[in-house]
Amino acid sequence: MATTLRKPAPAVTTPAAGKPRTGVRKYWHLYAAISPFYLLFLCFGLIPVGFSLYVSLHRWDGLGSMEWAGLSQYQYLLSDSDFWTAVGNTLVIWALATFPMIFLAMVTAVMLNSAVRFKNLYRFAYFLPNVTSVVAIAIIFGSVFSTNFGLVNALLQAVGLDQVAWLNTPWGIKTAIATLMTWQWTGYNAIIFLAGLQTIPGELYEAARMDGAGPVQTFFRITLPMMRPVLLFVLVVSTVTGLQSFSEPQVLLQTTSNDSTFAGGPGHAGQTMVLYFFQQTFDNNDFGYGAAVAWGVFLVVVLFSIINWRLVQRRGED
Amino acid sequence: MTSIKGTRSKGVALHAVLVVGLLLSAFPFYWAVIMSTHTSSEIFTYPPNLLPGSHFLENLRSLFDAIDFFGSMWNSLLVAVSVTFLVLLFDSLAAFVFAKFDFPGKRTLFATLLLIFMVPAQLAAIPQFVIMAKLGWIGSMTSLIVPAAANAFGIFWMRQYMTGAIHDELLDASRIDGAHFLRQYWHVALPVVRPGLAFLGIFTFMGQWNDYAWPLIALTDPDNVTLQVALSQLNGTHGTTDYGMVMTGALLALIPLLIVFAIGARQIIGDLAKGAIK
Repeated sequence: MATTLRKPAPAVTTPAAGKPRTGVRKYWHLYAAISPFYLLFLCFGLIPVGFSLYVSLHRWDGLGSMEWAGLSQYQYLLSDSDFWTAVGNTLVIWALATFPMIFLAMVTAVMLNSAVRFKNLYRFAYFLPNVTSVVAIAIIFGSVFSTNFGLVNALLQAVGLDQVAWLNTPWGIKTAIATLMTWQWTGYNAIIFLAGLQTIPGELYEAARMDGAGPVQTFFRITLPMMRPVLLFVLVVSTVTGLQSFSEPQVLLQTTSNDSTFAGGPGHAGQTMVLYFFQQTFDNNDFGYGAAVAWGVFLVVVLFSIINWRLVQRRGED
Repeated sequence: MTSIKGTRSKGVALHAVLVVGLLLSAFPFYWAVIMSTHTSSEIFTYPPNLLPGSHFLENLRSLFDAIDFFGSMWNSLLVAVSVTFLVLLFDSLAAFVFAKFDFPGKRTLFATLLLIFMVPAQLAAIPQFVIMAKLGWIGSMTSLIVPAAANAFGIFWMRQYMTGAIHDELLDASRIDGAHFLRQYWHVALPVVRPGLAFLGIFTFMGQWNDYAWPLIALTDPDNVTLQVALSQLNGTHGTTDYGMVMTGALLALIPLLIVFAIGARQIIGDLAKGAIK
């Protein structure tokens, strides 16, 4: 029965049959296996991150002496409308990019999983956008969305529509950045979904077919529930990378903004949270406040990831 | 696969949609090829040139004059290969533990790992540089390889993949046969998750190959850098950017990635075929 599907019990727990052993001695090999990551993180992550927390409680221009500021940087952050504008920009760009991306990727993966011929050609081609560097992509998209010589506007004109100043209007900027991100990540996520689809045992589909389930029913009753770990992965990764987007707007809008390379284009319409961090830190030489902004970014990313995680988990458990 | 008539018309529609997607994802590359064969002034004309021009060799020559292309390519290869090897080993080992075993503190440690993943890389960049300088690694490829040797993303990916792909009965059986932890990892877990590993390997190689911000900070000698940093030096060094030359460089930098991807794709295909027979 398709409806009674449950994931297999996750962990291999063996009740200690013989003499009881203490945790560390019994599990030492498991701790050893996960230790490289945690050791590296301790040296090159935790200590630097701890230092940045220290910096955020000070006024510091990066060179001179540090002056204790307590929580005042964070108080200012809460009332800083420029920061909240950047948060809003980031969320809008993230939403514009992520929802079409996940939908398209899922559709592509299901199609690839059923189309037998040329599968590898498609897979190869769809993955390509993610292979190249953001710098090159942003240069290409800059030329594609250019107002006077851009391909998109040439296309609009060809079908009798008006030109759009893509990189000069608030929505144009956000659309251009989101298009770039969607283009770069759809195929990548489709390949991940495909990998997940291939771990679903074929017998489940056969059983469903014998029970008379149609393709839509099969998708919602078997494919989607079995794909939940992969879907969660994709959503969390898209949230984390999308909310930390930096290179895309930075390179894309570099040439159109006059005041700063981190301003995010005219009217700061493409200024993401991380761009704002760079602006505060390196343009204003305000390392203390920059560190506070970075921690603000971190909290927004964590909060948002938890919300997304909960949403997917709950929908799956119904 | 059962009713041939219905499948055929459905197959045509399917391929039509897939081809549209293929053209959409491939077009910017075509556009990059076009740009690499034109001079900068030819690129910015209206209506746009959609056919290749004749200036590729010229762009290539100015590229090789401007940067030490092959030297920086070697550096990129060294870093990307070392990091990929280490990441595949460390991440899959940790992921196996998180996916299939219980031990005190597991939930906390995994939650910590996810939190670490969410820390913006920029947060730690400045203090990290100071630590590397103290270790004497600044300017050498060690400063790129060691901190990247294991990562939260890869552990998270392999853990999600292993949770579904490795069946508990298989592990139970191997334990009854007396296999210890490393044997289970090597002979039971790894063979099953080869597609997942291939993906992580490709992705890691790619990420290292395309990484830009940290190498820019850590490699202080402009004559001893990775390829992306070398390419970025092309931007604006001569006042205005020579887009034709930059695109030529970007295209050449893509070749090793394509080779790696082709090798990895074959690995994935091999396991696919096996899965179909089962």
